[in-house]
Amino acid sequence: MDSDLILLGHGSGGKLSHQLLEQLIIPTLSGIPLAGQNDAALLDYDGGRLAFTTDSYVVDPIFFPGGNIGDLAVNGTVNDLAMVGAKPLAISVGLILEEGFSRRELGEILAAMREAADRAGVTIVTGDTKVVPRGKADRIFINTSGIGLVRHALAIHGANARVGDKVLINGTIGDHGIAVMARREGLEMEADIHSDCAALNHLVAELIEEGEVIHVLRDPTRGGVATTLKEIALQSEVSITLDEAALPLKGAVRGVCALLGLDPLYVANEGKLLVFVAAEAAERVVQRMRRHPLGKEAAIIGEVTASGGGRVQMETLVGGLRAVEMLSGEQLPRIC
Amino acid sequence: MNYSDEFRNREIVRGLAERIAALTSGLSRPLTFMEVCGTHTMSIYQYGLHSLLPPQVRLISGPGCPVCVTPVGYVDQAVAYARRPNTIVATFGDMLRVPGSSSSLMQERARGADVRIVYSSVDAVALAAGHPDQQVVFLGVGFETTAPTIAASIQMAARQGLQNYFALVAHKTIPVPMQVLSSDPDLGIDGYLCPAHVSTVIGGDAYRFLAEQHGVPCVVTGFEPADIMQGVAMLVSQRVENRAAVEIQYRRFVTWEGNRQAQALLTEVFTPVDTPWRGIGVIPQSGLAIAEKYAAFDAAKALPVAVEAPREAAGCLCGEVLKGKVAPCDCPLFGKACTPEDPVGACMVSSEGSCAAAYKYGTQGR
Repeated sequence: MDSDLILLGHGSGGKLSHQLLEQLIIPTLSGIPLAGQNDAALLDYDGGRLAFTTDSYVVDPIFFPGGNIGDLAVNGTVNDLAMVGAKPLAISVGLILEEGFSRRELGEILAAMREAADRAGVTIVTGDTKVVPRGKADRIFINTSGIGLVRHALAIHGANARVGDKVLINGTIGDHGIAVMARREGLEMEADIHSDCAALNHLVAELIEEGEVIHVLRDPTRGGVATTLKEIALQSEVSITLDEAALPLKGAVRGVCALLGLDPLYVANEGKLLVFVAAEAAERVVQRMRRHPLGKEAAIIGEVTASGGGRVQMETLVGGLRAVEMLSGEQLPRIC
Repeated sequence: MNYSDEFRNREIVRGLAERIAALTSGLSRPLTFMEVCGTHTMSIYQYGLHSLLPPQVRLISGPGCPVCVTPVGYVDQAVAYARRPNTIVATFGDMLRVPGSSSSLMQERARGADVRIVYSSVDAVALAAGHPDQQVVFLGVGFETTAPTIAASIQMAARQGLQNYFALVAHKTIPVPMQVLSSDPDLGIDGYLCPAHVSTVIGGDAYRFLAEQHGVPCVVTGFEPADIMQGVAMLVSQRVENRAAVEIQYRRFVTWEGNRQAQALLTEVFTPVDTPWRGIGVIPQSGLAIAEKYAAFDAAKALPVAVEAPREAAGCLCGEVLKGKVAPCDCPLFGKACTPEDPVGACMVSSEGSCAAAYKYGTQGR
């Protein structure tokens, strides 16, 4: 097989993405070790810490139930900053437009970006616009970069999961991926499924107030909850056990997943975060999350059961035990 | 009752596990049951059912993964169509990553071929209607569950007068290879968990010859965890009582006679042929080819392409895995040279493949 080709799976957020990063991109560009890889980079300056992140958005379709590519691009970058515990300050917007794209639709997308930025409390401070000939891009691609300020001294990163920690999530899984997929494939459903696209920084600010009991924050976007937990297990060198019965899942999402042969554990989220919390604080933190509008269905879904191993396993609905691995290949291309 | 939660109920599954353990406790030897269908294999791994069964019950995976039993030569043919100018290859997603002799559809797509994933054969017909200047080749792979939908698509294309819709079919039928496997002394199959969806089409009667002439208990079983545990319990009961019969556990969907309309569609559009099964070899009258009457829609006849001589990957034990002789993790390539990202054999690719199931869900309890 020809290994020179870039495949769609290299953009899945799963195993192929990790291979490309580890074998080519990171060694060529910087050489950051695995344990230091997070949603945003932390830069020391003047005794303080800045968070810096970037993300590109190529979702298809650009309008989907619950959002569009514009608010997705703002919320996604805000969330990457929030996951290192930073307060987002400012973001940039790079637009790549295809010749012939609609001004009206662009206007709608920009309005959604402005609204999302206002809601998150960040300012869009700089940007760039390019137009490429028809057929050289698909309508609109957006890149956003963001900087944030880390005001706390807590160690919140992917290598900080500890034995005994409880794993929390702020609500139902798979909503974004299935909403986009259903619209793209023209699936008509009785129950509307909406993307969970939202900025999580205000919820994270509350979690930071809990102090040192918060060990890891990460948003399970591409690759879903399974891939994100596996990343954390590897980075922290711990083993994690999930409780399938505790996973919040909408009936309609489960139904579509069953229909299309997808596993909701691997479907993308855009308004969810996984929180690793010291066991003694878990109940208090989950109650606090449930009082927040973005955490009403928060739940404890698992725990860190052992040091070493880098394994994730799940006690299934019926009491069996099975392994949870990273996403393989492309489950759903162009989901964000 | 919503017909799904009840069949994933922990207490019911635990009760069935206890019943199986009690029934098998006095047996002089362990029992080997084959789950014929890949969807059963996936479900068994997904719910960790191996870890709930006593050591006296061994479940082995069978040849019921359509992509897995499709010979390499078929993938090579599909690759040749993908390289053909002015041609759109439409396929269910599973075929995309299956390695052929030197390429895969995914690789061809990355090189610029027009390969589209569809979720229904009707979508493939619509693709042909929407692209009158191009030839659409739909890859028809699958058992009696899928075959009627491809048959219907051919009739639909005929009704619409489409001259640019073609199906490349490698359809197979399920009961015949079960007979071949049950006469293999190395396997020693004590009973079959018969497929759920296939049986909605062919009906429970289709397995009678296995029970009556070959003495193998058969239970048509649903795909939910409680279905599977109950199916295993019914097979164990037959063995303990020294009986061999066909029983239907999946009574909420499967009848004895099956879906007559779908059966009629298969008879109308297809003809039974001898066909090669990857790993098993040619099995007489176990395949379905497009009947002469519909030859204009048969890609192999109406749109011939030159195909390289097929080469199986060295060291790949897919064939032995498909017969249930080798467990996925006992293949020397498993998880090393062969992973879902870089698969050597189709069993590692398909969402119904036993190697993919073992890799994704682990081997705990095996």
